Amino acid sequence: MAKRSAPEVNAGSMADIAFLLLIFFLVTTTIETDSGLNRKLPPIDDTEQEDVVIKEKNIFQLNVNRNNDLFLKTGGEEKVIQIKDLRAAAVAFLDNGGGTGPDACKRCQGKKNLRSSDNFDKAIISLQNDRATKYETYIAVQNEVIAAYNELRNREFERSFPNLGMNFVEADKRYSDARTPSSEKAKLKDKLEEIKILIPQKFSEAEPKKSN
Amino acid sequence: MSKFKKKKGGDMPAVNTASLPDIVFMLLFFFMVATVMRQNTLMIDNNLPFADQVEKLDKKDLVMYIYAGKPSSNYKSTFGTEARIQLNDKFAEVSEIPAFIAAERASKREELVPFLTTALKVDVDANMGLITDIKQELRKVNALKINYTTKKGNALQGLKK
Repeated sequence: MAKRSAPEVNAGSMADIAFLLLIFFLVTTTIETDSGLNRKLPPIDDTEQEDVVIKEKNIFQLNVNRNNDLFLKTGGEEKVIQIKDLRAAAVAFLDNGGGTGPDACKRCQGKKNLRSSDNFDKAIISLQNDRATKYETYIAVQNEVIAAYNELRNREFERSFPNLGMNFVEADKRYSDARTPSSEKAKLKDKLEEIKILIPQKFSEAEPKKSN
Repeated sequence: MSKFKKKKGGDMPAVNTASLPDIVFMLLFFFMVATVMRQNTLMIDNNLPFADQVEKLDKKDLVMYIYAGKPSSNYKSTFGTEARIQLNDKFAEVSEIPAFIAAERASKREELVPFLTTALKVDVDANMGLITDIKQELRKVNALKINYTTKKGNALQGLKK
């Protein structure tokens, strides 16, 4: 019997089929964003709370009005501030270290202005917005405040653990990465906690004002 | 001198398309891998704001999504132009959030419930009043871990000033 060679399959339409699939996936694809600013809401507490007295110099009061203008009240002065200047202002406030005696701040590198915050632990940033404030502005303000905290935490983390070769944000990312081995996670956790206790995020959000 | 005779002009050599399927397949595989099938059909405009201090939301199955924004053009006539909340596949009122959270919690294994995060995907043009109402409802049902979903970028770029 004569040997018959297998007939070659015509692959000419393969490209068409592949194109069809490609177009299907192109249309259905949405590259989902899955990153953002993590915050924690305060729990509702109905029990009567004692009013805590906080020195005015320890509050960095931010107020966003309905026209998305940002007002800053701190250290006895009130002014309109641009959002791009907010990060530097917040860092200067947190890092001021104006406290004396038991409130003295050893690690602050600021100006030690007596009319600004005592130390990292005492400094409170408060944010209040109007109900008509745009979400975009709110996120920008949030972002800048978190950036100010991260900047200081990075600095202190590198000062405390210089041989680690990473800053706070990188260490935190490494800690929350599922692929990091658990032995390393345990080590990182203590270090991260130490910095979080040193520079706590005391960032309070007041309920917004009604605007009619 | 026939050796140096010019070729007959006119017929361009055909471009070899044999590698075309390979290229297309390469693209195809890229999109197949990168695709995440949308869970919800968006009925609102959802242009997320930018921020640069972002953290990644890793466990996708532990996230509850709340969308908010202006109804998109198809729904404007029925639902108006005021920013609204979308839960799953339909518009919702703020008061429906606790029921939504409860349903989401019930669908997860009990030991995972404390790790649930609520991702707020809110349009840049929404007002803070709506966000505050959402946050207040979330506090009532003790869903305190939230994430403002943002795009990665300079937070100031979108602002007018």
